[in-house]
Amino acid sequence: MSKMIDEETIENVCILAKLSLNEEEKKKAREDMQRILDYVEKLEELDTGNAEPLSHIFGDKNVFREDIVTNDDAREAMLFNAPRAKEWQYQVPKTIL
Amino acid sequence: MDFEKLTALQLAEKIKQNQISVLDGVKQVFDQIQKNEPKLHAYLDIYKKDAYARAKQVEKGIADGTYTGLLAGVPIAIKDNICIKGKKTTCASKILENFIPQYDAEVIKRLDSAGLIIIGKTNMDEFAMGSTTETSAYGVTRNPWNPEHVPGGSSGGSCAAVASGEAYLALGSDTGGSIRQPSSYCGITGIKPTYGTVSRYGLIAYASSLDQIGPVGKDTADCAALLEIIAGHDRKDSTSIERQDLDFFKSLNGSVAGMKFGVPKEYLSEGLEPDVKDAFMETLKTLTRQGAIVEFFSMKTTEYMIPAYYIIASAEASSNLERFDGVKYGYRGADYEGLHDMYKKTRTEGFGEEVKRRIMLGSFVLSSGYYDAYYQKALKTKALIKKEFDQAFRKYDVLLAPAAPYTAPKIGESLKNPLAMYLGDIYTVAVNLCGLPGITVPCGIDQGGLPIGVQMIGECFMEKKILRAAKCYEMARGAFPSPWKEAKEYETI
Repeated sequence: MSKMIDEETIENVCILAKLSLNEEEKKKAREDMQRILDYVEKLEELDTGNAEPLSHIFGDKNVFREDIVTNDDAREAMLFNAPRAKEWQYQVPKTIL
Repeated sequence: MDFEKLTALQLAEKIKQNQISVLDGVKQVFDQIQKNEPKLHAYLDIYKKDAYARAKQVEKGIADGTYTGLLAGVPIAIKDNICIKGKKTTCASKILENFIPQYDAEVIKRLDSAGLIIIGKTNMDEFAMGSTTETSAYGVTRNPWNPEHVPGGSSGGSCAAVASGEAYLALGSDTGGSIRQPSSYCGITGIKPTYGTVSRYGLIAYASSLDQIGPVGKDTADCAALLEIIAGHDRKDSTSIERQDLDFFKSLNGSVAGMKFGVPKEYLSEGLEPDVKDAFMETLKTLTRQGAIVEFFSMKTTEYMIPAYYIIASAEASSNLERFDGVKYGYRGADYEGLHDMYKKTRTEGFGEEVKRRIMLGSFVLSSGYYDAYYQKALKTKALIKKEFDQAFRKYDVLLAPAAPYTAPKIGESLKNPLAMYLGDIYTVAVNLCGLPGITVPCGIDQGGLPIGVQMIGECFMEKKILRAAKCYEMARGAFPSPWKEAKEYETI
């Protein structure tokens, strides 16, 4: 039996995912996630005892290069899509109250 | 001249021989768009003015020897998760409704240098999450074979555009089947290259360890020629691979005589529609008649592929999509109190239902207390799946599978049950988990008149083998009907 998704779990997931759902959406999210987790539970029957977790298909290796600046000042381009900008900076709501 | 029937390579050849002008090729595509687009909705944005201006430039460039490539002068459509400088790139999401990239994706630069002409941006499932193009925030795309059905997804717009003659070629992206499955549903050809073959620079990420950009076209030769243009090492993508054997087009000729094909017998068990199975079995016979050796073998990890894929893909998605917070680009929620409320409102209002579902699943499987049970377990499963593929490729040159268990579903049916939709990806997801190259080629038509595709899967870096097999099969199969050749009018809607 897989993990039961209760209200607390959904609350926690919403904090992690930075989403705010209303009660109805939470209920739906709980049901959906429960159904998907019940299904992926299948993995438990597979013996993965000796297997190493495989993240990179061609092996984990760093790709290093010299730290040489190749681009020009892109300040204007970077701020171009900002919903709000001021004095060449991203503008966000007050963070220290 | 009746040239909408031409493939991209044939069009380019006629342009080179001055039988057709670049401008005429572009005009023909826009005629087709004008005729079909109101019903199909394959595009999110169309660059008519730019395309004509570019056509003049390319015309000159071909004449003066600037553009000498195989596809110079050919109109192409781009999936809307690939950045083009100065052009809206939305990922079919509300959260990026006004996003205008300030740089080109590497593949766009390569298309420009090869003298192709970009026609517009195509519709897709939001952030490439979906199998039908119905999760787009900007409306569904319809299947050119039957507008009551979906084109597949997530590259549904790209595939519908090529199938309806609204583009000669297109770029798609494939994270779990998003090129191969819609190519099958639309009766055309599409390739998911070996991971790292095409630069992901400028592709808006869904699941970075699985995403690859790939070509969509009318046949194998068109796709091989396009892949040759977009493939190659790029310093800007740290997962890009330095490989030399990128002359895919040249590798097309040859026979399959003596080539060994393996079919995972688990792929033919429950859930496979009879029409699809029949067409698939017929494909095996066709290959055998060409001298190929076809054998069945057991792939014991089959039933664990989808669970592993959805855990890994959702985990990576939840991490990748953290960047959409209303600060640097895209939508920002309207009314908020403080920073965290701004984040939450932005994301809740900006993302669609399927995207939120995957972000939440991903956040859960990565969260403290569940990381080992779900995410690590999925990565271990992935290792076992890769081991089984490695073993299979010791015996076989190419693996064969249907592209999907059924043909294109009706619009409105798939999103009712997300889990059932996920299960439809059974034959495609393992290819991404293992970084393998795969191609879909049309192999039949079901009783409802919808196309069926066969998938050929190769070992990493063995694109040439699957291309040769696909081309050889195509020739043995003979001409495949296409909705654009019948110049269908979509009057049923």
